[in-house]
Amino acid sequence: MIRLSIPLRQALARLSLPVLIALAFGTMLLGKADAVLAERARMGLADLLAPIWSALQQPVATIREAGQEAEFLFNLRAENARLREENERLRRWQATALALEAENAMLQRQLSFVPEAAPAFQTARVVADGGGIYARAVLLGIGPNHGVRKGQIALDERGLVGRVTEVGLRSARVLLATDMNSRIPVVLESSRARAMMVGTNGARPRLQHWPEGSAPVEGDRVVTSAEAGAFPAGLPVGIVRRSEGGAPEVELFARLDRLDVVRLFDYGLAGILPPEAVTRPEPRPRR
Amino acid sequence: MKGRPAPATGLLRQIDAVARAAFPTGLTALLMVLAAVPAGLPGLVPAVALPCIVFWAIFRPAALPPPAVFALGLLGDLLSFAPVGSGVLTLLVVAGLVTRWRRSLAQQSFLAVWLAYCGVALGAAALEWVLQVVLGWQLLPLAPGLYQVMLSAGLYPGLAWVLSRMHEAMSRAESAP
Repeated sequence: MIRLSIPLRQALARLSLPVLIALAFGTMLLGKADAVLAERARMGLADLLAPIWSALQQPVATIREAGQEAEFLFNLRAENARLREENERLRRWQATALALEAENAMLQRQLSFVPEAAPAFQTARVVADGGGIYARAVLLGIGPNHGVRKGQIALDERGLVGRVTEVGLRSARVLLATDMNSRIPVVLESSRARAMMVGTNGARPRLQHWPEGSAPVEGDRVVTSAEAGAFPAGLPVGIVRRSEGGAPEVELFARLDRLDVVRLFDYGLAGILPPEAVTRPEPRPRR
Repeated sequence: MKGRPAPATGLLRQIDAVARAAFPTGLTALLMVLAAVPAGLPGLVPAVALPCIVFWAIFRPAALPPPAVFALGLLGDLLSFAPVGSGVLTLLVVAGLVTRWRRSLAQQSFLAVWLAYCGVALGAAALEWVLQVVLGWQLLPLAPGLYQVMLSAGLYPGLAWVLSRMHEAMSRAESAP
């Protein structure tokens, strides 16, 4: 260790804070000027920590399940009544769906319709919260030789979750549909009117920019629109709800507060990415 | 004849001292990494970092040199995908101010320190908000910042209780011959 005289050491100690504050400003400028470097640093750290977070998933999931179990037991009666009613309703729908499926198959045969290939998907586990105070995102732990690309679309078992914005070696970040920077072109299913679903960092994104005369109706189903080439048409998103102030919002099908596994779909689209994703989406690997 | 102290003991003692000096920073970093595990509470990473920084800055400033604060801030920024440098600056300013006030703060009751902490957290959230607005060049809502202040103010008593137990144990180990 280098021995310094006491006054010099004191002077250095007093200087270190201002110097580091100046360095913090420098870091800010660097992060602003070279967004790719900042992104690489973040994904490097996420890659490093992803195995630790994955290992922690098991105990965390156990604790959460125990809490859920208690909640289930508490609500058993009400839940049972609700499920009975829902089952009754779904049975009627199942009959309708089977009839429609048969009719659809017949019509497709008559039109010699070429069906779209089922998109490839891979499943990934949510290992960490990838958002801060002002962002809503999750980090996925993925295997080393994954085919995950920027711009892929994440869905949970119910509906749209978000899009992949950053990809590392062992982790990927998904910007959730509720994030403030998320803008998703959607279609209101009953009126076929287009609109934009704008994230607010709250649980329910807002609807904006619908055409005049076809305002969103409470209870209307919302699906994605293929406009701008960022999403395929018709992915389930949510249901229109009115906020207390009367503004139309979307209650998402996906349960973003308890995500544990998401499916990443590769539709081969290269549309607009969120503003902080600076680099263009990588081209789809050739098969 | 005076015997020299055994070298192994000296080495052990040195390791002990180094471990004790690195403990506050290491524990804070570990808590931040653990806080990133999704638990249904967004924004837990910065809410965990601030109480630790303030506590060590008041009661054991020697264990939290400015470079360590810088590193912890950078870790927080990278973990929470905030603009790089905003958390660094916030934590450095907080650590600097609290270290300056520590003489008066360390003698206060727990409740007074907690109240002071709430003020510090409010100031830190305001600074963070301004930095995010300037760096991202878009107006952000105030509500998440206030939620952040309440979250970290609520976490402070629990964390401070655990940390003060550790601080006492470390002081005992230091005063032991």
